Amino acid sequence: MSVDLEHYLIVGAILFATGIYLALAKRNFVGVLMGIELMFNAVNLTFVSFSRFVESSSPLDGHVFVIFVITVAAAEAATALALAVLLYRVRETIDVDRIDLLKW
Amino acid sequence: MMEDTGPVVAFWILAAITVGSALMVVAVRNLVHAVVYLILSFVGIGGLYITLSADFVAVTQILIYAGAISVLLLFAIVLTPRGSRDNAESFLRLPAVLVALLVGITLGYVALDTDWSIAGRGGFEETASEIGELLLDKYVLPFEIASVLLLVAMMGAIVIVRPEGTMEPVDPSTRLRTGFAQDGEAEA
Repeated sequence: MSVDLEHYLIVGAILFATGIYLALAKRNFVGVLMGIELMFNAVNLTFVSFSRFVESSSPLDGHVFVIFVITVAAAEAATALALAVLLYRVRETIDVDRIDLLKW
Repeated sequence: MMEDTGPVVAFWILAAITVGSALMVVAVRNLVHAVVYLILSFVGIGGLYITLSADFVAVTQILIYAGAISVLLLFAIVLTPRGSRDNAESFLRLPAVLVALLVGITLGYVALDTDWSIAGRGGFEETASEIGELLLDKYVLPFEIASVLLLVAMMGAIVIVRPEGTMEPVDPSTRLRTGFAQDGEAEA
């Protein structure tokens, strides 16, 4: 028995589903952000496993994509956490279901 | 393909660690513990990268995700001391379960059903030098754009979190109430 592409893709699918659940259902802003980071990681894992297993003329392109995704994820995390701190300063909470000024 | 049992055992252990701690992020009740499980999950994904012979990406994963981004998450928790500390779900719990199951099953079905064109070429010898060449040759424009993006994100984060009193002078009547009285605010 060997480890094939499908094994990695299934792990990526489980991680992505977990990330979506976290991003949609968690009440705390940091929990939502953890879900988004988990989704980034699932996609990166899929990129790297395709790069390893699938026929391609330049197989390392997937690794370069992962580097770019990590860069954008770092920028996103920094800005989102700055927003969380600002939100806390103004509203004294970072529960996303209490940030409802624009609702109706 | 991989004939020896070492990589297979490593894959199953790492996959169990990764998926298990990702599920613990959902299940655990304390937010700080959730971040710790998330770090464990990131480390597990780094190990999976090593089993995929992606050495540079694995090191980057450990450095940036397990190192930097998780520290940022912990800082966000520490800087919001009166926010809720529990890892509870909002009212969207049931729709979120449905969406997650739907997405997971769809992705898994596609992954198993598609006939991927597998290349039997084995792992990479080493990737760092070739990634460097690709970054500065084929992908030089995205590389430069990424540097600008990082600069803009850094400046944006600094401007957003800077306390209002240290900004450029603005008309005090238009100033937003922040709940934090700055030093010298009373005189201003």
